[in-house]
Amino acid sequence: MTATVTRPAPPRRSRGRRRRISRQTRELWLLMLPAMVPVLLFSVGPLLYGVGLAFTDARNTRNHETSFVGLENFAELLSAEDFWSSFKIGAIWAVSVTVLQFLAALGLALLLNERLWFRGLARVLAVVPWAMPPVVIGLMWKLVYHPDAGILNDLLGTDINWLADFSLALPAIIVVGVWTGMPQTTVVLLAGLQGIGKELYEAGEVDGAGRWRRFWNITLPQLRPVIVAITSLDFVWNINQFGLVYVLTQGGPGGQTRLPMLFAYEEAFRYRMAGYASMLGLTMAIVVLAVLGLYLWRQMRETK
Amino acid sequence: MRRADSSPVGIRVLQYVALAAFIVFLAFPLLWLLSTALKTPRELALTDPTWIPDNPTLANFSDAFGEQDLVGAAARSLVVALFSSVITVLVSLPAAYAMARYRSLVNRVAIGWVLVSQVFPFILIIIPLFMILRDIGLINTLPGLVAVHVTFTLPFALWMLQGYVRAVPRELEEAAAVDGATRLRSIASVVAPLLMPGVVATLLFAFISSWNEFMFALVILQDPGVMTLPLTLVRFTGPEGVARLGPLAAASLMATIPSLIFFAIIQRRLKSGLMAGAVKG
Repeated sequence: MTATVTRPAPPRRSRGRRRRISRQTRELWLLMLPAMVPVLLFSVGPLLYGVGLAFTDARNTRNHETSFVGLENFAELLSAEDFWSSFKIGAIWAVSVTVLQFLAALGLALLLNERLWFRGLARVLAVVPWAMPPVVIGLMWKLVYHPDAGILNDLLGTDINWLADFSLALPAIIVVGVWTGMPQTTVVLLAGLQGIGKELYEAGEVDGAGRWRRFWNITLPQLRPVIVAITSLDFVWNINQFGLVYVLTQGGPGGQTRLPMLFAYEEAFRYRMAGYASMLGLTMAIVVLAVLGLYLWRQMRETK
Repeated sequence: MRRADSSPVGIRVLQYVALAAFIVFLAFPLLWLLSTALKTPRELALTDPTWIPDNPTLANFSDAFGEQDLVGAAARSLVVALFSSVITVLVSLPAAYAMARYRSLVNRVAIGWVLVSQVFPFILIIIPLFMILRDIGLINTLPGLVAVHVTFTLPFALWMLQGYVRAVPRELEEAAAVDGATRLRSIASVVAPLLMPGVVATLLFAFISSWNEFMFALVILQDPGVMTLPLTLVRFTGPEGVARLGPLAAASLMATIPSLIFFAIIQRRLKSGLMAGAVKG
């Protein structure tokens, strides 16, 4: 605490603690400064500026008189049908990708924690999506889904243009979302599994608990903090997803995969409605914080 | 070993079936990308695609190199990633040292910022950022993108580095001070060598983040002449021409190589436990 209080260098005769603290303070600030400048200039500053923009009619063009409009953008947002449809698509996407990612990753982590053949291969494969640029992941899946040259139609014997189909495009990109985000979740859950003490399982075995009971009464409760942390992070990452879906569908067909961030991007950089798009971003931030707060609060209460 | 034996056969079989399903799900898009990259244009045009190319060819890779756009974009990505990673490390190293060695409110604020920056949607930052960069003339320039990449890699780089600094025992520094070394010298001669593996890891992480980054590049670089590799790859898909799928797949594979190298190095480092050895010894 004391270190953040800047005070002038003390006179020579004051010695001991006070003097040391002050020297430390100066050193601390000096060391932090190079990192603080870019963060304040290009991150904290724009963030505050962006929150401010949300209450104006700013346009993303050079010659525009910007004026304060209060909550007008918010009112417009609430009455815009395309916002609600984008919001709904975003919610379906974020919840289903997060849940499926978690279930798949938990399954894979449990398997990787066992002594099975081909475990090494699965471990390497589980990390590869992590190492790939999101754009390449998007392009790769476009090749898989490609109506003519793609493998999926060939495997299933179908003739579907997956990413352009009104009802199938969203499920199709959800599969890609799960594939992309599984590695992080698996690695984190596996680390959590390996941190559970062997004694617990031995005690469970002595008590005659079967495989299922051991999973339900030992593994899951022990893993709980890890599960809460990774699902929260996954949810935030998924709701803010942009690049992957931009590459896959650009929000199409007919806005069926237009996640909130794609919607905001279009508003800001195609229609140049900077104020409106900022309000959209702010609204999403508040929704995410509220969902996250509720989830963490419930988890904490249940643990108690 | 004992656990393996105690599993009934039925469960074992189920486990292998599940593991196989995971392996197929994870591997098949990758294999398809590889297969596409090795096919001739004629084979790509077939309506009944084959898994294994009849006449595997590396022509797509050389075709990708022949595309002026792609090579130029890769060079620009390289420059941006090099500058971003070096600047990120230089700027965050002192701060990481401060965070690890002094306990103060600043640390908690910094850690708080790392978390908050995860929650806020990029759109809230990118619109004002675009306006600021436009006003100072950095839109459509590589330095503009470097500045943004540095800013957004910084929180995580700080977090990584301060962990590595923490792992270097304070006693080593103090011992050097007792031996008469000045503070700066003790840092340079004692802390820095032990920190090297951590610095390299952070450098690589920052490099990869910048090399892969798409969103900020999309907004900041709008002139095709300055676009980085991810942007150019996306433009390359353009109007669906099947003939160009081969070079596209080849270029995509090549764009992944830096990240794969990074992960290979990190994995080996994790295994060898370089840091743990240095500190204990």
